[in-house]
Order: sequence, then C-alpha cells, then structure tokens
Amino acid sequence: MSRVMIFKRFERFWHWFQALLIFSLLITGFEIHGSYSLLGFGDATRLHTIAAWSLIVLWLFAIFWHITTGEWRQYVPTRDGLFAVMHYYLIGTFTGAEHPYRKTSKAKHNPLQRLAYLFFKLVISPIIWATGLLYLFYNDWPAVLAGSLNLEVVALVHTAAAFAMLVFIIAHVYMTTMGHTLTSHIKPMVTGYEDLDEPAEKP
Amino acid sequence: MAKFNMAHPGRYLVVSALAALLMFAGTPGMAAIERSPATADHSKFKSLKGPFESASQVTEACLECHTEAAGQIKETTHWTWLYQHKETGQTLGKNKVINSFCGMAVTNEPRCTSCHVGYGWKDMNEPPPGADSAVDCLVCHDTTGDYWKFPTLAGDPTYIPREWPKGSGKIVQPPNLPDIAQNVGATGRANCGSCHFYGGGGDGVKHGDLDSSLVSPDRSLDVHMSPDGADFSCSDCHSTWGHSVSGSRYQVNAKDTLGIDIPGHTDLSRASCESCHGPEPHEKEKLNHHVDKVACQTCHVPAFARGGVPTKMWWDWSTAGKLDENSKPIATYDEDGHASYLSEKGDFRHGENVVPYYAWFDGTVEYTMVEEQFDIDNPPLEINRLDGEPNDPGSRIWPFKLMQGKQPFDTEYKTLLATHVFGADDASLWSNYDWPKALQFASEKSGLPFSGNFDFIETRMYWPITHMVPTADQALRCSSCHAAESRLAGIGGIYMPGHSSNPWLNRIGWLVVSLTLAGVVLHGFARVIFRRRKQS
Repeated sequence: MSRVMIFKRFERFWHWFQALLIFSLLITGFEIHGSYSLLGFGDATRLHTIAAWSLIVLWLFAIFWHITTGEWRQYVPTRDGLFAVMHYYLIGTFTGAEHPYRKTSKAKHNPLQRLAYLFFKLVISPIIWATGLLYLFYNDWPAVLAGSLNLEVVALVHTAAAFAMLVFIIAHVYMTTMGHTLTSHIKPMVTGYEDLDEPAEKP
Repeated sequence: MAKFNMAHPGRYLVVSALAALLMFAGTPGMAAIERSPATADHSKFKSLKGPFESASQVTEACLECHTEAAGQIKETTHWTWLYQHKETGQTLGKNKVINSFCGMAVTNEPRCTSCHVGYGWKDMNEPPPGADSAVDCLVCHDTTGDYWKFPTLAGDPTYIPREWPKGSGKIVQPPNLPDIAQNVGATGRANCGSCHFYGGGGDGVKHGDLDSSLVSPDRSLDVHMSPDGADFSCSDCHSTWGHSVSGSRYQVNAKDTLGIDIPGHTDLSRASCESCHGPEPHEKEKLNHHVDKVACQTCHVPAFARGGVPTKMWWDWSTAGKLDENSKPIATYDEDGHASYLSEKGDFRHGENVVPYYAWFDGTVEYTMVEEQFDIDNPPLEINRLDGEPNDPGSRIWPFKLMQGKQPFDTEYKTLLATHVFGADDASLWSNYDWPKALQFASEKSGLPFSGNFDFIETRMYWPITHMVPTADQALRCSSCHAAESRLAGIGGIYMPGHSSNPWLNRIGWLVVSLTLAGVVLHGFARVIFRRRKQS
C-alpha cells in the first residue's frame, strides 16, 4: 500500500468548481423553469447565465487538460469487470463482499464509473451546453434555425437534460459514500491522495 | 349624468401652473421641455377685444388671420366624426360606431356633440354645420381654463348662468370670451382632456388611461406628462399636421419600425414610444430582446386608472329604469363611493389600479357595426375585435382595458340598437325610463331598423392602454409574466420560461428524480441493516 496522487490539483479544482456551478445552475434553472420561487425570475436568470458562462470556460480548460495530459483515457469504456461491479453494488455490498475493482492511478475509475462519467461528458453535458446556448441566443437565431426550431423544443430538451443531470448527481453523491468508510471515496477528491496497491511514484 | 362631478377645468390649469412653478425647484431625472416663446401676443389684436355674443364670433376673429384653420379642422376626424379604415374598409368614427357605454352618439346629439370641435351640431343625420365660424378654436387653444363647452348645448359654452349638474345647485357662469380670446395659445393637457378625459359621460369613465389626474400627474402616474417630469402636452407625442392629430386607436401603430423620428428621414409622427426611444431603448440587452413580441406599454403601464379617478369596468344597461316607491330614480354607491346603480344607467362596477387584459395585436381594430347581424346565441358579443397573431411579425402583446356589460339588441334582426338616452323629448330613457319607447325613438330618428323586440346581451369592448407610463422603476418585473401565476396567463402562442412548461416533462422528470432518491435511500437503508447484522 502506498500513498498515490490520484486527483491532480487542476482536476480537483475542476471537479469542485463544476460541482458548485452545477448546483447553482440546477437551483436557478428549476426556478426559471417555474418549479418554485426563490430568488425571483430576473435574478435567477442572471445568476444562471453567469454560472453557465463560467461552466463553459471551465469546460474549455478541462477539455484542454484532458487532451494534453491524456487523462481522457480514464473514460474509455470497458465491459471487462462491468458486471462484477454492478453485481457488487446490487448484492455484494450487503453480503460483505470486497469491491471487485482495484483502482490504479492509470485506471482510477471502475467500469461503471467510466460509463456513467462518459455519459455525463458526452451526452448530458453537450445537450445542456447546446440547448443552453440556443436558449441564450434565441433572439439571434438565423432564419434557417428560426424556421425549423422553436424555443419550446429547446426548453423541453434543456429541461429534460437538467432532470438527467439531477438524477446523475443524486446517484453520484450517494455512490461516494460507498467506500470502506463513508468518506473514504470523498477524501482523495479533497486531498488528491489515496492509498493504493501500487508503488509510489518516484518524485 | 347627474352623479358625475365634472370639475371645472380652470382648477386644473391653476394646479398645473403651480406645479410648473414647483418644477423649477429642481427635480431629478428628466428636464421638462422648454417651449419656444410665441411670436404673437394675442392681447394686442383689436379683433380679439370683443365684445363677443357667442364663441362662434371669436372663431370669426381667429379666422381673420388664421385663414386656413377652419378648412383644416373640417378635414379631420375631430370634425367629421368619420374614419375610413384602410385595412378593414369599415367606416368608423363617432358618427358610425356603437360602444358599450352610451351606445351611439346619434339621437343623443346635444349631449354627445357637446364634445364636437364646433358649434350647433344638433342632428347627426346631417353633417356638422357648414359655416367656418362653426369651428371651435377655443376648446383646444384656451389657456385660461375658463372656457367650457356646456354638456347639453351641442358644443357651445353657456351664455347665461346655468345649473350643472342638474339639480346640484351649482351654477356655471358664462365665460369671459374676450379674455379667453386674448389668451389663446398652444394646446395643453387640459384642453384635450376637457373631452378625452370625460368620454363615456364622466371623468375617467371610458379609457382607463385617460382621466383628469393627467392634468397635473406625479411622475409615478405619468413620467412624460408630469410637471416634475417632461411636462409633455398631448401634442408633443400626438404631433399634428395642419390641425390633423396623429395617433389613432382604430388603426394603432402596434409596432413602430421607423424608430426615432428625425426630420427628413421619417414621417415626423411621434405618437409611438419608438418615435423618441427608438427600437432598442434598454441598457439591458435581454430587455431589448422582448420588444419584438411585447409592446412597450405592456411592461411600462403596470396598471391603469392609477391617478385616483376610477374607470368603469362593467355597465349593465338591462337593470336601468328601476324606480323607488315614490317613482323617483334610485342611486346606490359602492364602498369606495362610486355609483353602483343609477336608474338612468343600470348597474356599474368601477375599477382603480386595474391590471390590464392582454392580447396579441397588430394595430387593426374591427367593429361590430350597428347594422351588422351577429351570433346572438354565443354571448358575450365583441363590440370590437383585435387583429393580431402570435406568429405575425407585426403583432405584439398589448395591454387593454376590457370593458364589459350588457346592452340592448334586436332579438329579431340580431343587431345592436341605437339608444336614445338623452333628450328634452319624453322618449329619452333618462326622462321616462321606458326602454321600448327610447329604442323606438332612436330607430325613427336615426333611420336604423328596430323590430320592436329587444333584449340585453353581454358585450365586451377592448380599449388599448398606452398612457399613464410611470418612471422606469415601476415597470413590471420579470416575474410579473415569467411565473406560473402570470398576468399573461392565457395569452397563448408563445413559450415563456417560468410560465410555460410541458406538464408531461415535469411529471416524468420528477418521477425519475423521486425514484432515484427512493432507490438510494433504500439502498443506504439496506446497507445499514446488513452492516448491523454482520456486526451482531
């Protein structure tokens, strides 16, 4: 067992800032949607727009980081061990079985995580991103777009994706409590280090 | 008539003069426009020294210099009470239309034509009197506030002391015509207001956004007309061309795409917000994004009848004519002291600070004309109809006063009926409270058909709201419309975030969220239980 840097400083910053922005976007977004009244429509919209732009900038940095560091490979899906992990979460966790996946710094996400995060990155986020920009620039739509699309459809898809995001977050937050202790999965996301069965990297 | 207090216009001029003085004490925001000094002092003209036996003699004196004025006036709607609608082809104007207040002007001449911009129009079956001296210059150009067209004299002021309102004991003195003639000037709010604030038979009754509170309003009532604001007269926006006044509610400019009016570039008509403020007046871009679909007035006139003068919202003529045990007319009042029943007129509801009715509007208004057959089985009948569609680029969401009530119609011919309410004869409704007699008389006098069978039908009438614009901080908030319980509820044809949403998306979305939550809670619960079991 050795203490290994598993989440780099940028990665942690990206994760937590994104978390803050997504929570802000969900809270303000569902107010804009009309689900409740908290800040008032005007302020909710302003905050939603600011958070959206911040998230877009953050994503641009994150994409750059994923490409330049090769970290994108962490999200390549695999079927190898996927069912073992699913079996563990459905049954093994109650019977006291050990988690079937052994993480390393080169493969820090188990197969189910890879799938979930890939879905988050390649499906939910791009849909929110695209429909959000269409929503934001509704008044500047070119004629071709205005003739074939309307705000109602954009809002419908944007909101559906927001529901998917909310479901992802509920599941994600719950899954973080499923380590050896309640916080053992969360700690590395804060400190960056986790004890793994691999030799410590040479400084 | 008797229950409406018609305050003397002179009082308002004094108030506006005082307010104008106060204005120089300095107010934030907006500077009142300065007026160019006149090139003539009318007190120096010999012709205006009098004496004048009638107001019409003053007109003769005016026309000695202003040789074309009478001819110009006679070309205008103010004179002809006729309006040829270019879009609908209908001939409108007070001469032709029926409304949901006192019905039609015809057969009620001396009362209704007291607001004609002339003298002596006693029979509307004939055109107004032809003489140039029959034009009334003073109603628009008096600056003393002492000139007042007496309500029952077909346009003339009274030349002898007369009681008004009838039975009130208040005596109206004849005006000092030489003094008025020597003090003529540009039109002010009180001039236009002497008729337009009192439409429908009393202060504020008809329009909702036009009443005597606009003679000297606070900035919070009307920032443009307020002496503490821009101190506009009506004609600053309703710009004129040879005595023809711009701005019509038969053909509204619902979306002015010309923008700011610059001499040599546009038509110089300033009767739209965009004429001065341009097409993108807001600092916040998102607000400018609204102007293609939302009229300025929709946000900037949050409510009408805000100046302390109520406007009539409901008028049920069917109950008119009830008398007490001594066969005397009855008057009852609501908790605010506004008439709720008068034997002459039936039941009323008044409103103050009324939230408008909203509708898509392209500016064109169609009327149900008095000779037009309508569908009597499906009330309410729309006296006027608003053209406009959500997808039409020329339409925007506009605010309206929705006037409702009941009025007589012919059950056989299925037409609305002219109503003879006022007149010294014994047929008028207000002299004998006898509907059949009044309707028969109206038909005979106007030539409009009446079968003799009538009933009352519920009607609606839309009055565009455009005045009473307060300071910008009083404009609607986003959430006034972008909310579930929105004042634009039912407008249709537009997706409004916060107001519109797909109910199925919400049901499915929240169901999936709830199932996920339930799933993690159950899973967590099970983990706790199994761990305890293992430990024990």
